[in-house]
Amino acid sequence: MDPTRSKGAVLSIADLSIEYRTERGRLPVVRHATLDIDQQQSLGLVGESGSGKTTLAMGALRYLPENGRIVGGTVYLRGTDLASLSPAGLRHVWGDQVGIVYQNALGALNPSLTIGRQLREMGTLHLDLGKRDAYRLAREMLIKVAMPDPDTVLRRYPHQLSGGMLQRCVIAMALITEPSLLIMDEPTTALDVTTQAVVLDLVRELKREFQAAILYITHDLGVVARICDRIAVMYAGEIVETATTRELFKHPGHPYSLSLLGCMPHFDLAAEKRTLVTIPGSILSVDALPPGCIFAPRCRFAVGECEAAPPPLVEIGAGHSCACYRWQEVPPPEVDVREETRMIGTRGAGAAAGEVLLLADDVRVLLKASGRSLELRRQKARVHAVDGISALIRPGETLGLVGESGSGKTTFARAIVGLTRRSGGEVVLRGRRLERAVEKRPKDVVREIQMVFQNPDASLNPRHTVGEEIGRPLSLLRGVRGREREQLIGELLASVNLPRDFGSRYPGELSGGEKQRVAIARACAADPALILCDEPISSLDVSVQGTLMNLLMDRQAQAGISFLFISHDLSAVEHMSDSIAVMYLGRLMELGPTAEVMRPPFHPYTEALLSALPVPDIDVVQGEIRLGGTVPSATEVPTGCRFHTRCPRCLGELCVRQEPPWQAVGPSHWIYCHISAAELTAVQVSILDGRLGLDNKAASR
Amino acid sequence: MMRFIVRRLGMVVLMFILVSMLIFGATQVLPGDVTTMVLGRFASQQAREALRTELGLDRPLPVQYGAWLGDFVRGNWGISVSMAGTDVRQMVFQRLLNSLKLALVGLLMFALPGIVLGVVAGIRRNSWLDNVLSIGSLAFIGLPEFVTGLLLMTLFALQLHWLPASSQVFAGTSFLGVLPKLILPGMTVALTSLAYVIRMTRASTVEVMKTDYLRTARLKGLPPHKVLFGHVLRNALLPTVTVIAVSIGWLVGGLIITESLFGYPGLGRLVLFAIQRRDLPLIQATTMLIVVINMLANLVADIIYAYLNPQIRY
Repeated sequence: MDPTRSKGAVLSIADLSIEYRTERGRLPVVRHATLDIDQQQSLGLVGESGSGKTTLAMGALRYLPENGRIVGGTVYLRGTDLASLSPAGLRHVWGDQVGIVYQNALGALNPSLTIGRQLREMGTLHLDLGKRDAYRLAREMLIKVAMPDPDTVLRRYPHQLSGGMLQRCVIAMALITEPSLLIMDEPTTALDVTTQAVVLDLVRELKREFQAAILYITHDLGVVARICDRIAVMYAGEIVETATTRELFKHPGHPYSLSLLGCMPHFDLAAEKRTLVTIPGSILSVDALPPGCIFAPRCRFAVGECEAAPPPLVEIGAGHSCACYRWQEVPPPEVDVREETRMIGTRGAGAAAGEVLLLADDVRVLLKASGRSLELRRQKARVHAVDGISALIRPGETLGLVGESGSGKTTFARAIVGLTRRSGGEVVLRGRRLERAVEKRPKDVVREIQMVFQNPDASLNPRHTVGEEIGRPLSLLRGVRGREREQLIGELLASVNLPRDFGSRYPGELSGGEKQRVAIARACAADPALILCDEPISSLDVSVQGTLMNLLMDRQAQAGISFLFISHDLSAVEHMSDSIAVMYLGRLMELGPTAEVMRPPFHPYTEALLSALPVPDIDVVQGEIRLGGTVPSATEVPTGCRFHTRCPRCLGELCVRQEPPWQAVGPSHWIYCHISAAELTAVQVSILDGRLGLDNKAASR
Repeated sequence: MMRFIVRRLGMVVLMFILVSMLIFGATQVLPGDVTTMVLGRFASQQAREALRTELGLDRPLPVQYGAWLGDFVRGNWGISVSMAGTDVRQMVFQRLLNSLKLALVGLLMFALPGIVLGVVAGIRRNSWLDNVLSIGSLAFIGLPEFVTGLLLMTLFALQLHWLPASSQVFAGTSFLGVLPKLILPGMTVALTSLAYVIRMTRASTVEVMKTDYLRTARLKGLPPHKVLFGHVLRNALLPTVTVIAVSIGWLVGGLIITESLFGYPGLGRLVLFAIQRRDLPLIQATTMLIVVINMLANLVADIIYAYLNPQIRY
């Protein structure tokens, strides 16, 4: 490799290959990776889990597990060959010249040391500062990352801080030595959307202030669109495409990049519900590499040539390289989405018919306070986790429920299905009032309402085969036995696109996406009218998320099942739902048909969620509304409007003292706010207008 | 932290009262009669009655319990029945002192090497040292005290003549004078616990080595010794330190076998003696003392744990 090439770049990785030695032999987990990052540039390293992103970054720093080894290639950091350094020299690079921000901030900080002690260490170690000076520097850095009350935070232990604050601490720690390279490994994945937006803003600002080059590892193209200049797409251990962010979003060269863009829901608010583009099959295992292109087995553009020899990474434009023979055939994403998806229904079809499947009327749930405070535990205080929620679900329709974590979404769903007893209100199914506890409900009611949980690892019994798991509701709720039962299990597996022989497998043998399909098949086995889906896709990879959303919508179209679709991801909710309910601290803030909820007037909370959302589209103009802090504890519900403590549009006294009214904005669209709909419309920006290239202010007037 | 300690102290007092009731109750239902023990089998009924009155045994049980507990708390532990005329408190305290000496020696012999070897094995997982220690500790972990004790005695006392086989000591000997006699029983005690401490420390060290925060510490560029002392130990030693603190109770009051084997005049042997002689005041005093020591050891363990682990403290 020509070292002159890497002179300008802060980080220059050329032809890097990394192997893991395992019982199965040597696994080439990273192969021939090449990338450069210049000063002040941010490069997004994008790929699904298992593609080798973190291994590439850590391997470049020569930080690998015992069984990992660099088998080829070079890494230059500011012109220094990292392979030439001694362990001590390498430790000087770590921390001093390279700062790292990790995915799980709570885990990345030592639980038994104060934040101050952990931040101070950077200064005493790399900058030759005394303890007091290092402490002062840590404090200054906390101020730079906009940490409220830095003096208190320095004295705190990690478990006493919220996720967003912890991530700020880790970012501050990484920046104390003013490193030339900052590696950020999924730094916002574990955070709420609203907190994520705040942290991303911070990263953008810091990028301007510190001249560091940033290597940003993520699976989320929406995040990349917001903060990265360039993107490298990684698949099964290889970088398959590198381009500027705009170029990659507008003219991707590699079919894998195109599919990644297509499998994420786009805000279109069209009246018709469409499927998402999906990638058939699953990510390649690196112990069985094909002789040709690694993506060919899943690629719809593949021809004979692709399977013969691996395509080289070639320059296909200025600063745009791609490893594909057929890059000229790859269409722009908008065209592809139009051609590759199909319509499976229209939004709000049930509303016209006027039927109601399920009605929740003023549902309340009291839970024991789980606060740390002794007083609360002593009084056995109970709090309203759900504080008077009314909503209705029509046959064959989806109601989306969004809100930050801690808003009570899951508790509401559990109260409907009867797993958590409601303390007040009614749940009515087709005119029948339902008992509070599922044990007291007649079998046919139990059969009608099923649930899919967030974590399929926990909701499938590891000692039951898939067939037993799906067969149980068949025999228990529908009385199906014998050969007919086997027949139905096979059909259900087929309906979630799993082969019939999966019936004899155990959950441990399945991937996360496959497990969640089994969970959906089990819910469908009862032949229900309503399935409550509690964050069913949150723990899965983007391409798998797309496949599962398609699957759910297909089941809806074919069996007429209604869904309550709970998610913190507004784009997924927008894609799936006929109507949307926005929930905050146990109460609804806005309820209405999807197209109306997603357009001004928004409830200020909906507006904040929308402007926080990382949209995988670089032309979108989003609002700059940011929410500080976290959802207050349900033990301390604010007076008046419970959102007023964080509301960017809070009017003052009125909102603090008085509960807002429910304003009817449309025939079935309500907003729980003191500000009138007309005023809200006047000041709010719509994501859609930005996409259509309209001037926002002109459009809203 | 203060509140935590006060709360735990309150629990200790409560436990103390409960346990004292149990001990009192147990000595009441113990077979055998004190008067027979003292006056012999052929004493007259009158003499027995007189003794009962003298000892206060004719009063109702709750009154007896109250008087007994009050006396105990005030330090009035009564007169030994079997060794007539000896003050129980004096006897017990002398033995306690001996036991504390042995406990200290034993503790030093297993806690320090156990922690060091465990941490080293945990850091160098799957190295030859780790393998040797794992196999070695597996071999020792099930061995009862009287087997290790006899082996050590045969080797060091009877074969090599390095150390005395009997640990008989007399009042008035200085600690240094007693020390040689403490080594063999100390080793016996240490060997049974050493394997346990090593395995425990190793397991928690391995856990800590796998954590994300250790990756953070190393990628900060910290040199290995700073990683070890600044980040690994505090978290890895948490379970071990508490186990060691709890084991103090056992070291002081529970070494009946080891003490008997070497003829060492510790608290454990005194309990045995008291039970064999049906010496009620002595039984009560020794068991109460052992209970108090155990409760204090647990309290210390809790406080250390809370001190090391801020997630408990706050």
